Amino acid sequence: MQKLKISEGAVGYLFITPALLVLGTFFVLPILYSVFLSLQKVQLLGEVQYQFIGLRNFQRLIEDDRVWIALRNTVQYVAIVVPAQTILALTLAVTLNAGIRGKNVWRILYFLPTVTSSAVLTLIFMWMYNSNGLLNQFLSLLGLPTYNWLGDPAVALKGIMLMNIWSTAPFFMVIYLAALQDIPRSLYEAARIDGASAWDQFLNITLPLLKPVTFFVVAMGIIGTFQLFDQAYIFSGGSGGPNNATLTLVLLIYQAVFRDLQMGYAAAIAFLLAAAIIIVTLVQKQFFAQEE
Amino acid sequence: MAQQPTSFENTSRQRISIALLYGVLILYAIVTLIPFLWALSASFKPLSEIIDSSTNFIPRQFTLENYRQIIQREPLFLRWLWNSFFIAVCVTVLNLIFNSMAGYALARLKFPGRQFWFFLVLAILAVPIQVTLIPTFLILKAFGWLNSYQGMIAPVMVNATFIFMMRQFFLSFPKELEEAAALDGLGQFSTFWHVVLPLAKPALAAQAVLIFMNSWNNFLLPVVVLFEPEMFTLPLGLNSFKGAFISYWNYIMAASMIFTLPVLGIYALFNRYFIQGITFTGSKG
Repeated sequence: MQKLKISEGAVGYLFITPALLVLGTFFVLPILYSVFLSLQKVQLLGEVQYQFIGLRNFQRLIEDDRVWIALRNTVQYVAIVVPAQTILALTLAVTLNAGIRGKNVWRILYFLPTVTSSAVLTLIFMWMYNSNGLLNQFLSLLGLPTYNWLGDPAVALKGIMLMNIWSTAPFFMVIYLAALQDIPRSLYEAARIDGASAWDQFLNITLPLLKPVTFFVVAMGIIGTFQLFDQAYIFSGGSGGPNNATLTLVLLIYQAVFRDLQMGYAAAIAFLLAAAIIIVTLVQKQFFAQEE
Repeated sequence: MAQQPTSFENTSRQRISIALLYGVLILYAIVTLIPFLWALSASFKPLSEIIDSSTNFIPRQFTLENYRQIIQREPLFLRWLWNSFFIAVCVTVLNLIFNSMAGYALARLKFPGRQFWFFLVLAILAVPIQVTLIPTFLILKAFGWLNSYQGMIAPVMVNATFIFMMRQFFLSFPKELEEAAALDGLGQFSTFWHVVLPLAKPALAAQAVLIFMNSWNNFLLPVVVLFEPEMFTLPLGLNSFKGAFISYWNYIMAASMIFTLPVLGIYALFNRYFIQGITFTGSKG
């Protein structure tokens, strides 16, 4: 039977067209649209109307106190959560890799928070953070000071940090574990014969060989933490309170769109966020390259 | 010269360090489990037992009343469960098909512009979702898809990360199989559906569990797209439920548990694929 022969090029396009249509409509077009929006004042009521205002949205960014507060909160959040979760992930992975029995069982157990929804985790932690909740009872049992975790601006963001470190570290632990498996055993054996202690081996073999993975883990961590939204939104009921303590850049974008109906300004904040992520990632890349 | 410890010292020191390792592991297991167990226990306690701020993990008065109450007091609860489930299944199936097809084309089929499209996929990987969020909202509004299943599915039915992952997977796929299929007279379509895809099952499974979880747990997209309570997915429903029943922690925890248990079930069955999927995404770095 004679089959209709289609050229490979046509099949290629047939295969990739659905993906290109979706990526075009919901990624490429939106990026260009965002650039356009950021230069406009957008009227949303009734028909959408645009008015060109040049760079005024970006000018407003600099003058807006809440932008600076959100930027400070977000940077603080990244600066604490990323190192903490990376070190915790590495510690857990190295511990699990040290010839422990039932490695898989531990791994499955530790991984639980990572598969649980951020909404559920936030609710559970809000309950534990209650003024007479589990955490405060534990702290007072140890004779440590207790806090009003949900209502005190000094600790509200720290509460979210703690939760995030706890829930994200296992994800990176899995990546570290896979990488540890690729380090040849013979390297450690040779070091042991030379009399190197376990700590020496960690510093001189494990850590340097894990460097590319650490770069990846830190980069992913930076991107993820800069985008903090779910937890801050649920924690504060969308307000970023108490007293702007949990206001993040993404929450600010959300508020600009849905509370203030200022699409153009929201797009400008989104570009600020993208710029911050790109700058920090580039600095990190430089930092990792220099040590080579 | 390094001091060589005697064999006796060696073993006793080893024992201490192994005890230390297990100590760390057990301690962290407790840290991991406590929030879950505390929430689970609260979901079986009456409110009176919760507000007297006791720290017993085993309920003194075990009750299923909370679970009955949330379904009675929040008639939309089952609807939210259905919405989440329906959207997650559609998103997963569409992603599996489209990402695999695109990944296969980028890895194995020769067509003009292939390099350019691959570069485009890589470029999209680098853009934070928040930049595209507001225009996506406006585009969905223009389509009339706000507050609808289409609005929740269409923007996420293709994923650049997984197109990349599938491309890498197909690059390392043995070419002989496709050549044999071609000799048997199979066209490129049938080769893909009947030969390539069945052999890609592990990669597809890893992709499926991760996409399903992402959709099931997604909060940002529904917050932007959905505004009528009937259309809410569970995370959004939970948030509004929390607003309505604040301080009824027994109800909130019971609702959280209903939302979490299906996912933990899937995780218990397919945890191997979660790990594979993450390791695979991780190894591109």
